[in-house]
Amino acid sequence: MPGGGGVISGMYDLLIGPFVEFEFMRRALAGAVALSFGAGPVGVILMLRRMSLVGDTMAHAILPGAALGFMVAGLDLFAMTLGGLLAGLTVALLAGVVARVTDLKEDASLAAFFLMSLALGVTIVSMRGSNVDLLNFLFGSVLALDDPTLILMAGITTVSLGVLAVIWRPLVLDCVDPGFLRSVSRAGMPAYIAFLCLLVLNLVGGFHALGTLLSVGIIIVPATVGRFWAREVTGMIMVAVATGVASGYVGLLVSFHSGAPSGPAIILVAASVYIVSVLFGPVGGVVPRLLPRRHLEA
Amino acid sequence: MIPQLAFTDLTLGYERHPAIHHLDGTVERGALLAVVGPNGAGKSTLFKGIVGILAPLAGKIDRCGLDRRDVAYLPQVADIDRSFPIIVYDLVAMGLWRQTGLFSGIGRRERDLVHHALAAVGLTGFERRPIGNLSGGQLQRVLFARLLLQDARLIVLDEPFNAIDTKTAADLFALVRRWHGEGRTILAALHDIEMVRTSFPEVLLLAREAVAWGAAADVLTPANLQKARRMCEAFDEDAAECRVAAE
Repeated sequence: MPGGGGVISGMYDLLIGPFVEFEFMRRALAGAVALSFGAGPVGVILMLRRMSLVGDTMAHAILPGAALGFMVAGLDLFAMTLGGLLAGLTVALLAGVVARVTDLKEDASLAAFFLMSLALGVTIVSMRGSNVDLLNFLFGSVLALDDPTLILMAGITTVSLGVLAVIWRPLVLDCVDPGFLRSVSRAGMPAYIAFLCLLVLNLVGGFHALGTLLSVGIIIVPATVGRFWAREVTGMIMVAVATGVASGYVGLLVSFHSGAPSGPAIILVAASVYIVSVLFGPVGGVVPRLLPRRHLEA
Repeated sequence: MIPQLAFTDLTLGYERHPAIHHLDGTVERGALLAVVGPNGAGKSTLFKGIVGILAPLAGKIDRCGLDRRDVAYLPQVADIDRSFPIIVYDLVAMGLWRQTGLFSGIGRRERDLVHHALAAVGLTGFERRPIGNLSGGQLQRVLFARLLLQDARLIVLDEPFNAIDTKTAADLFALVRRWHGEGRTILAALHDIEMVRTSFPEVLLLAREAVAWGAAADVLTPANLQKARRMCEAFDEDAAECRVAAE
């Protein structure tokens, strides 16, 4: 077949070559895959609890903490992670406890919080570092993941999956039927707090690759995709994880071939999948709804 | 007679405003008690107190040695997030909480129990359906299947027959009768006074405090019902501190 070899080698150069040739691409892919496995389930629960905005706020809350770590110790993985974790956990616990104990509608205070965190974080980073540092904080540096960072990200995913397995039952039941859960068990509150901690952990993991502005993207966007393809929580999570992994792979390729920044490219690919899902997803997508299909017999 | 529930000077409420005010009384073991009263009478609040979701502002509830797992609670359907993507089987299986707790697996025996419970409420074949696709009556049947699995000695039903058709109500009430026959203690908040009159031996007429408590015929008089309606009006934002407790 004339030209067959050319097509195959072309496909190879397009789809596989970059990862074989460049170690930084392999590391980036490994990071994106690791992130997706933790972010998928966390994002689905976040979405089903109608807490997407909370996720957004927490992502921003990480910024001033990580920035403080940067101010004290420079570009040090440990200091920035610890700072981000502490800041995120503080906000998570405060928001969680306030939402549980009072009837306060929290969206307004969350919005105020995330603007404050963003302003504070940008100020701190700019005082100590350059504009490049600031861009790295906000949008991450997925092409520059070193070993310790990769191990951290994979560790976070491992911990997330383990903890989720333990708190899954109360976590799900607390969404569907909180009154019943509280009548049979006291695990609702601890499970919820553990979940908020997982959220912060995953945001911090995502922060290293995608920055504080986009780390929440790999959590929320694949989860919303899941809603259009599955009717049950388990299926939604599988779709979300698959979407995350695929977005990482395709996004990195797009960025490699076109020179687009890699973090935003990953999220843009996920967003494209989301748009396609809104239009064509079998569960509540726009087009399947409009198609004239005969109703069933029973 | 052996008591199963005892209220002593019980006050329950939200933000210090009482929704149940100085309630005293005892529910015997094996009782089939209807709790009636206008909206805002404190029926749901009382039930939340009984199952331990709401701590009393004053006074106490004695469950006479029952653990929280010996109490089965049917929340109002309105409290359930029907958009949540969970299937019937999983929701019903949660009734096995006493056996499975947080972690234990669900094996063949438990699977059979779930199928039997669904059969008992007439929903065989609905296992894989998401709860969002059920009608109001079907969802109520699912929740009764869960109650069946809980196998509890005290069963607390918050408006179990609201907004469901008469056939479903009759089917589900047959289950209540069965539980009553098995010696379980049952409390049910109801709005259908006729049903209470014909089917419940004992009635508590509530209007934040007990208006009357006793045999259905003695409690459900026009005068009592009128009185209950009048007493439910005031939730005073600026109410003074209640003095009764301080005496």
